[in-house]
Amino acid sequence: MTIQALLGSIRRRSFATRVAHSSRFLSTLVLGEHKGGSIEASSLCAVEAAKRLGGDNSVSLLLAGSGPSLQEAAAHAACFHPSISKVLLADSERFTYALAEPWAKLVHLVQQKDSYSHIITGSGSFGKNVLPRAAALLDVSPITDVTEISGSNLFVRPIYAGNALSTVRYTGSNPCMLTIRATSFPTGMAPASVSNDKCIEKIDLSAFSKDDADGKSRYVSISSQEDTERPDLANARIVVTGGRGLISAENFKMIEKLAEKLGAAVGATRAAVDAGFVPNELQVGQTGKIVAPELYMAFGVSGAIQHLAGIRDSKVIVAVNKDADAPIFQVADYGLVGDLFEIIPELLEKLPEKNRQI
Amino acid sequence: MKILVAVKRVVDYAVKIRVKPDKSGVETSNVKMSMNPFCEIALEEALRIKESGRAKEVVAVSIGPAQCTDTLRTGLAMGADRAIHVEYPGTLYPLSVAKIFKALVDAERPALLLLGKQAIDDDCTQTGQMIAGLLKWPQATFASKVVLDEGNKVATVDREVDGGLETLSLDLPAVITTDLRLNQPRYATLPNIMKAKSKVIKKLTPQDLNVEIRSDLEVVQVTEPPQRQAGVILSSVDQLIDRLKNEARVI
Repeated sequence: MTIQALLGSIRRRSFATRVAHSSRFLSTLVLGEHKGGSIEASSLCAVEAAKRLGGDNSVSLLLAGSGPSLQEAAAHAACFHPSISKVLLADSERFTYALAEPWAKLVHLVQQKDSYSHIITGSGSFGKNVLPRAAALLDVSPITDVTEISGSNLFVRPIYAGNALSTVRYTGSNPCMLTIRATSFPTGMAPASVSNDKCIEKIDLSAFSKDDADGKSRYVSISSQEDTERPDLANARIVVTGGRGLISAENFKMIEKLAEKLGAAVGATRAAVDAGFVPNELQVGQTGKIVAPELYMAFGVSGAIQHLAGIRDSKVIVAVNKDADAPIFQVADYGLVGDLFEIIPELLEKLPEKNRQI
Repeated sequence: MKILVAVKRVVDYAVKIRVKPDKSGVETSNVKMSMNPFCEIALEEALRIKESGRAKEVVAVSIGPAQCTDTLRTGLAMGADRAIHVEYPGTLYPLSVAKIFKALVDAERPALLLLGKQAIDDDCTQTGQMIAGLLKWPQATFASKVVLDEGNKVATVDREVDGGLETLSLDLPAVITTDLRLNQPRYATLPNIMKAKSKVIKKLTPQDLNVEIRSDLEVVQVTEPPQRQAGVILSSVDQLIDRLKNEARVI
């Protein structure tokens, strides 16, 4: 074959490949959470994850709620353009609290209208509660807690408390539904301050038919430890955790003091929460929160498999325990075998004053 | 009222699992198997509701291979009145499990369906929500407290969520998935283990329930995660602060 003929055939083949790729048009619906007029960090991570699906992918963000904070959140979301092409708003009192029943129906309604190839949300308590119910309504198998996206239909997720990784291929029809682990899809740069009103679309809820689950589930209340001073546990740069070794709720205050000194979030093991030292939302582990801070400090924590599942992706792990055989030392980068009741006061004395991270 | 409880047979929570060298899955032969801890909690809650006089019957259900009967025997020994085993030897994803449960619920008509919030093998955290969606029943996931009203018509459920503790009110029939702090499950006593031997385990297949098992997922491989290496044991707080500041540069 002559050189020209060879080059010609290569050019034709690559043209054919380009055509095949551009015809794979993806469209992703991200189920978003918002609070106080801003989009939650985990939803932004879901948008980031959507970008990894590859190909030509248009990302729409679905927000539901009522009142001015919903409108504010929508405007905030529109600032993330070009990552987000469209913001869909479901404005109704039935969405004031994020109940699974109306949310799943909403997802079903929107999917029937717009036929997305993918539906994604974060794998926090909202996503875990809502997405599987919505998947059942759409008759598809969801893939939850995805930590890696290897293709538009290929995902990696942890199993056995993160002691194994399962690579799963979705072989069904649209939509492919996922929840993603926010710590695995950190967001990049700060948003541009471009606002695009045209891309906010209000969803017509008149077709929201009454079905059997309507009104059968009612929000009553929430009790939470609102501490606006401390960073949010799920995305703090530094986390200080206390375990059973703290012995009492009174002693646990030492952990809080240390966290304050470091500008850190406070975490706890299951044992500490069970014992009543701290409320449940501070629990870190397989069935609590998954964290991936730059620095994770564990005091009086033995390092059970289920706790380690929540901290594997931390950059630096420090462990303080009086038992030299505690399993935590097998994963800690720096360990101190000693009495935390002496070590924590010493740290408080000797640590530099925290510098505020912006 | 009748309560249906889902119980799953999984690798025991204390076992250090190993990934098979051919990456086809996790080694489960010759490994200790137990009832999923969250399912134990679900069953315990059902039993307490029955013991308080609110429920007439607790039915334990398991879906999977022949050995599921071991798990059901444990459930019966804990105090379930009868058990149902839907036998299926292959891999089952939550969507198929949910369809099977829908068929069972349509047949048994319980007022409450209790499940663990997740199985500690696949950690999916999906099944309860999917069943609730198919049944169009209200759902309360990650329950840490369940209180039934006088007439068994409404369940007030505290749920452990990211922001704290949320309280929902559900009209029965409903699906509730259990979280760790809901209760401490009982051990089966020897007299109850003996009594359990004569309790009934009904055998069914997905076919009997008109459920077609089709899969839209395929496990391509199972691998080990990157291992964290053990670091160093330091000898003083000064050393620790120095390393964090100058070596790791995190403070």
